[in-house]
Amino acid sequence: MLSYIVQRLVESLLVLVLMSFLIFGLIGLMPGDPIDLMISANPDLTPQDAERLRALHGLDQPIVTRYGNWLGAALQGDFGYSRLFSQPVMEILLPRLGNTVILMGISFVLALAIAIPAGILAALRPRTWLDGTVNMIAFAGISIPPFWLAILLIIAFAVLLGWLPAGGMPPADGGVGAYLLHLALPVATLTLASVGGLIRFMRASMMEALRQDYVRTARAKGLSTRDVVVGHAMRNAMIPVVTILALSFGTLFSGALITETMFGWLGMGKTIYDSIMGNDYNLAMIGLLLATVTTLLANVLADLAYAWLDPRIRYR
Amino acid sequence: MRRIAGLLALILSLTLTGPASAADSGSLTIGITQFPSTLNPNIDSMLAKSYVLAMTRRPITAFDHDWELVCMLCTELPSIENGLAVPETLPDGSQGIRVTYRLQPEATWGDGTPVTTEDVVFTWEVGKHPKSGVSSLEGYRRILEIDVQDAKTFTVLVDRITFTYNASGGFDLLPAHLEREIFEADPVAYRTRTTFDADPSNPGLAFGPYRISKVEPGAQIELEPNPTWYGQAPAFSKITVRIIENTAALEANLLSGAIDLVAGELGFTIDQALAFEQRHGERFNVMYKPGLIYEHIDLNLDNPILQDVRVRRALVHALDRESLSAQLFGGQQPVAHTSVSPLDWVHDPDAPVYAFDADRAEALLDEAGWSDKRNGIRHNAAGEPLTLEFGTTAGNRSRELVQQVLQSQWRQVGIDVRVKNQPARVFFGETVRKRRFGALAMFAWLSAPESVPRTTLYSDQIPSEDNNWSGQNYTGYRNPEMDRLIDAIEVELDRDKRRILWKDLQRLYAEALPVIPLYWRAEPHILPKWLKGLRPTGHLGTSTLWVEEWRRDGG
Repeated sequence: MLSYIVQRLVESLLVLVLMSFLIFGLIGLMPGDPIDLMISANPDLTPQDAERLRALHGLDQPIVTRYGNWLGAALQGDFGYSRLFSQPVMEILLPRLGNTVILMGISFVLALAIAIPAGILAALRPRTWLDGTVNMIAFAGISIPPFWLAILLIIAFAVLLGWLPAGGMPPADGGVGAYLLHLALPVATLTLASVGGLIRFMRASMMEALRQDYVRTARAKGLSTRDVVVGHAMRNAMIPVVTILALSFGTLFSGALITETMFGWLGMGKTIYDSIMGNDYNLAMIGLLLATVTTLLANVLADLAYAWLDPRIRYR
Repeated sequence: MRRIAGLLALILSLTLTGPASAADSGSLTIGITQFPSTLNPNIDSMLAKSYVLAMTRRPITAFDHDWELVCMLCTELPSIENGLAVPETLPDGSQGIRVTYRLQPEATWGDGTPVTTEDVVFTWEVGKHPKSGVSSLEGYRRILEIDVQDAKTFTVLVDRITFTYNASGGFDLLPAHLEREIFEADPVAYRTRTTFDADPSNPGLAFGPYRISKVEPGAQIELEPNPTWYGQAPAFSKITVRIIENTAALEANLLSGAIDLVAGELGFTIDQALAFEQRHGERFNVMYKPGLIYEHIDLNLDNPILQDVRVRRALVHALDRESLSAQLFGGQQPVAHTSVSPLDWVHDPDAPVYAFDADRAEALLDEAGWSDKRNGIRHNAAGEPLTLEFGTTAGNRSRELVQQVLQSQWRQVGIDVRVKNQPARVFFGETVRKRRFGALAMFAWLSAPESVPRTTLYSDQIPSEDNNWSGQNYTGYRNPEMDRLIDAIEVELDRDKRRILWKDLQRLYAEALPVIPLYWRAEPHILPKWLKGLRPTGHLGTSTLWVEEWRRDGG
């Protein structure tokens, strides 16, 4: 098992280096550069100024040279400055990574806490009013666009009731209470947006498991429904769900983009989007690489979870 | 049922009373849609930065609400008439000018250090250094020397005489006592180590009515009164500028009381503001200020169809811009007829106007050889259809609405317009910059009062591969007479004579029509009823340059 983990981590490192080159190249291929954006904002910028600024920012160098320079500095721990925020990249990204992990983490746990029991209950009582209700909620969650849901929640809880802030980050000296208040609506939006799909997946997976011979055997042995479901069916039903969860880590950053935009929550999704649109190479590179690392690690963890859920799976 | 009724009653009562407003705390919270990329006044040019910094510092000169140049940090506007500006022949025989400014005697940085000519000289040193990261060096390069008379008085020798000789332009003072050491240690690294970004709440960076007390990158900037401010005392004990990029969220924040006002310079689009006013006009004051953002359509004059001026004129005659402005923008965005705003003193009301006249448009197209109408589309003698490609920034709702109306109106006279929109980044970064638009490109220009259109109309400003795509004359317009007028306007000091030159320029522009003028964009400022004293300018000098005049009603 240990050698397998080491092998996967080495593979992940190689993928990371390859991705860094690909991302750098793709950003370089995008139309315009930071100086073009400056020109569009400042009509007084002369062609000489533009050339001087390109040279100053190293943008007159071939892309391979620029990548080499970036990689050399990054390997020494210098990830550069963000052009959009005039701060070291890590000073911008780390707090935002924390914000996204908190936002997505809480939504993720809440969605699972709702979806797993709801999916199991629906699977245990197929084609009953309970199943119908759970399905209706699931389809509503899948169908409602998150940006619309966000606006509805803002209107209800911030504008009409005035119970919760409409968005933005809590003041730094606001304490945990203010933080949770600001987090409530984004978490609710993300949870409602993701719970529907998970419920449907859990229900289908559980129904499939409940049809298996070993479940029939367990029932024939006289085990209670609870023991059959928790001890036998659920563990197997979770394997495909874990796959979906691992894959959804890849959308951790992009998935929160709309929510972060609507609520002004300073997270990774919005930061990566802004850095790409604003041609902020340093910020975009590290942001996208952090997203890549998260996805790779999530997949390694998913592989380990398979082995835990199903003792027949062994890695060498 | 009773519980539901109770909840509804609670919702209703809360709705009627409204959420708690920031108004009762002596503070003011402003919502804008952009975060400044840097707070150093001389690196990068960005409206969000200008908006915030206008509260913490003052330019030497600025345009006021009537678009007249006035002193802000200086005590008397220099002019040839008052003897503070003196033309001088330079060693190479060309004409330069010496301009003397005196700084406000009480101007002091927030840490108690006086604002002096040492700051002026240091700012010049940074500005002209090719590796300091300052965006536009041109203004600094034109200064040949700075002669310091005393701590508050200095004279600049400029290498040419233009009518803007007494405007300080982008010369924004840097605090030498904080920045000199950082700059001299490594000029190349200055842009990343400047105190404005490393320690933005340092009181020594401000000499305006407010100083920055806290910055949360991407989220908000807080300001508090600057005790060393020498002018009228500001009214608010705290101003918070919150950045909310999504305008729907911005509106929700305004309605919930989380912000008090939405800045016109960086807030709602006009259609959003009109809809907001209809729904919530009783709670807020909505002020519309037409400004210097010129929405227009650049015509690619390399396109053979558009090389015929009759086609260009037909394109304008076919458009009912007045009703377009009335229908889409509530009449708040006046129709443009030239590139000079009607609010500018050099605007010529007698410049040719192309009124909506579909018959005239059809006649012009017939004359130009596009007379054969098949399936509603005009064709020429060679059987080629009158088809034009029309691009703008995808996702910009206002522009896309306008585009649909224009497309429909052109279709009425037999012009087939094909929409080809692109994301702003591609549209500006590639298509427009490299003149790769087929025929029509709709976007806006920002300018200042009496801004000479050298970069957009002069014949040497056409971007091409040979000049590495520099210049902003994207239409490809060349006219020696236009070049002559631009050269002449820049150096004409006599206002009456300059007005005549401007009149000629606008006539030529309207006759040649390298561009289809559409309208002047208006800034919608959404203010609480209790806020008084905020006066929008309509130009790049933001309303915050006079923030000390903002008052709570009765306060």
